[in-house]
Amino acid sequence: MSTTETTDRSRGKAPAGERVADWADGRLGIYSLAKANMRKIFPDHWSFMLGEVCLYSFIIIILTGVYLTLFFHPSMNEVEYHGSYVPLQGQLMSEAFSSTLHISFDVRGGLLIRQIHHWAALIFLAGMFVHMMRVFFTGAFRKPREINWLFGFLLFVLGMFTGFTGYSLPDDLLSGTGVRFTEGAILSMPIVGTYISFFLFGGEFPGVDFVARFYSIHILLLPGIMLGLVVGHLILVFYHKHTQFAGPGKNNKNVVGMPLLPVYMAKAGGFFFLVFGVIAVIAAVAQINPIWAMGPYRPDQVSTGAQPDWYMGFAEGLVRYMPGWEIDFWGHTLVLGVFIPLVLFGLVLMAIAVYPFIESWVTGDKREHHILDRPRNAPTRTAFGVAWVTVYMIGLVGGGNDLWATHFHLSINAVTWFVRIGFFVGPVLAFIITKRICLGLQRRDKDKVLHGRESGIIKRLPHGEYIEVHEPLSQDALHTLTAHEQYKPLEIGPTVDENGVERKVKGSEKLRAKLSKSYFGEDGQIPKPSVEEYKEITSGHGHH
Amino acid sequence: MKKLSARRRHPLAAVVVLLLALACTGGLYAVFAPADKAQAEETAQSLTIEEGKKLYTVGCASCHGTDGQGTSDGPSLVGVGAAAVDFQVSTGRMPAATSQGAQVPKKKNIYSQAEIDQLAAFIASLGAGPSVPTEEQYGPEGADIAKGGELFRNNCAQCHNFTGKGGALTKGKYAPSLENVDPKHIYEAMQTGPQNMPSFPDTTLSEQNKKDIIAYLHAVNSDETVNPGGLELGGLGPVSEGLFAWIFGLGALIAVAVWVAARTAKAKKS
Repeated sequence: MSTTETTDRSRGKAPAGERVADWADGRLGIYSLAKANMRKIFPDHWSFMLGEVCLYSFIIIILTGVYLTLFFHPSMNEVEYHGSYVPLQGQLMSEAFSSTLHISFDVRGGLLIRQIHHWAALIFLAGMFVHMMRVFFTGAFRKPREINWLFGFLLFVLGMFTGFTGYSLPDDLLSGTGVRFTEGAILSMPIVGTYISFFLFGGEFPGVDFVARFYSIHILLLPGIMLGLVVGHLILVFYHKHTQFAGPGKNNKNVVGMPLLPVYMAKAGGFFFLVFGVIAVIAAVAQINPIWAMGPYRPDQVSTGAQPDWYMGFAEGLVRYMPGWEIDFWGHTLVLGVFIPLVLFGLVLMAIAVYPFIESWVTGDKREHHILDRPRNAPTRTAFGVAWVTVYMIGLVGGGNDLWATHFHLSINAVTWFVRIGFFVGPVLAFIITKRICLGLQRRDKDKVLHGRESGIIKRLPHGEYIEVHEPLSQDALHTLTAHEQYKPLEIGPTVDENGVERKVKGSEKLRAKLSKSYFGEDGQIPKPSVEEYKEITSGHGHH
Repeated sequence: MKKLSARRRHPLAAVVVLLLALACTGGLYAVFAPADKAQAEETAQSLTIEEGKKLYTVGCASCHGTDGQGTSDGPSLVGVGAAAVDFQVSTGRMPAATSQGAQVPKKKNIYSQAEIDQLAAFIASLGAGPSVPTEEQYGPEGADIAKGGELFRNNCAQCHNFTGKGGALTKGKYAPSLENVDPKHIYEAMQTGPQNMPSFPDTTLSEQNKKDIIAYLHAVNSDETVNPGGLELGGLGPVSEGLFAWIFGLGALIAVAVWVAARTAKAKKS
């Protein structure tokens, strides 16, 4: 808007929009808050939009979930089905199951909304997983973002349990089997297991309470906490400002990108509809959780191929490939075959959650970091992350061991043994291989900086030798490739002081020094080219 | 009456009674027994068995023994009945190419129905066993689909999955998919328990139960199944759904994100 227009208008009546905005601002006072944040800058990179995918699918889940609550009856009262799905007519089932059938067959748009809700949930969790990995592999969790990392981690874990309580609500044979599985895991806890189980199910499994209880947890408790965490997560993103990849003109004190208003508002708004559109198309095209095919839950029935949704598949896998150990402990059975997987489930999740704190302890770095690492420049972290993903994926393979067996014509026993060995060997191999690949890529970067890019032009020298011409990189590219900083391995220093008296070194310090050496020692990183090296090489007679 | 009772102690009385009785039974037999037809059928039957035995000697005897007594490569067929033969041969499982492997797979059937009937007759002649069911037994008339579903979930779903998509058993064995399997074969399989399947004789699952189960399977797992909601993704539940969500759901969204991020606003001098 140009200034002349404003002065013209100042005498007459302001346009309607402006008057409404004025009216609202006079009462809400949001202009000053908005002014400070409207020009907030966000950097552009596709991987920074993964979090948006999660946010939008979360919103979609809430919207569709509200619609579903209008028709769902969270009750385990037994009713006889007389709805429009013929193969179940006359069957006894809980009201929860029958109302879900009602939603699927008799409510206008019910099945589509149910499918959008469920597909969006799977995509929400998958999005969070990938978003978390993006943050992990680029080191975006470093100071000052550790708390936000934990917020995100909590969102992922709560999302898993919200999903679990959600798909258990229809009280169908598949989800009922999952609830039974959960009851078994709870019962495997020594001493408290039985009490917790009886408390949760209001007596013996399945009882008549759990659907109503899961319903409160699913639609109120967990999403409420998650909504709060999402808001906190976003406030912190605003407060910390977004991270960015290294590049010319970008440093630890600035953010290069586009302003929130109008560019990002438009982009994000448009992206919301794209996410909604993609999920709606998937929900319209592909069936999910056809509870009518599974039938109502009865504790005396079970089907093969009973798996949880993907985000719980890793827990399923842990139980499937754990040997069925049991020990008798003074007349009490300790079901290690279930209890160990339950503990591992928590430990594996915790491992990724606490990693940022371990890394900051090893580096001892107390500075803020706003420039992202390229994964190759933090080989040990990247290797740890890949090893963690490997454990997770092996759990997923184990959780679907029967389908691997039938679809690849394998023996389920062989698949299970592969997974058992893979659980121990896989992450180690993944760690070593990833680290070597990272170091190799670092060497290549160094080579590129010092010797330039391979141009593909072959030159014949007067004496007959053939060489490939290397083109020097642009200043921008040189900056990007050398912008990362490299830590020096921690030195403990001499163990005896100047008087020859032995100095006490704490065990934790020794461990820290050891870890630091493996992170940043000779085998942990390739020293990046120094200015001297670069000058020496480029001042010579051209190419090598 | 007096005359008769007076002579009942006559030495020939017993002979007369015996003769009368014999004449009576013989006459009744002659009246009621379809003597000629029985004879003709018997010849036809023995001919069928004869033909069946020839087929058996060529296709089956190498593993099951010359008289169906079984060898180390194949079980005895005495008493398995015609239903087992009809199932195994018309689904192509028998003759098996090899006795190796965890389980003999379904393949193309190489016998005509007449030949299968001959084989079945021969095996049935070795010992009594279940006979081939009639359409009345496995047909859809009078079946209760919902009851069949309940029975299926109680007895079959553990191995064959909720709607009969099949599943894994130990050491490479598997419960095959029941999609579009001939109702007769489903009936025979329940009756005879082929390979790793337990058998469900009429004492366990009555004829009506079997009929219900077959009708249910037809309703939920055949070409005529009404299954709303779009692509079934194999009907395998959350594993295929999860894979689909990752590849097509998140995959598409990441593609969209890359596309959006690549189209950034151009800096403009104001």
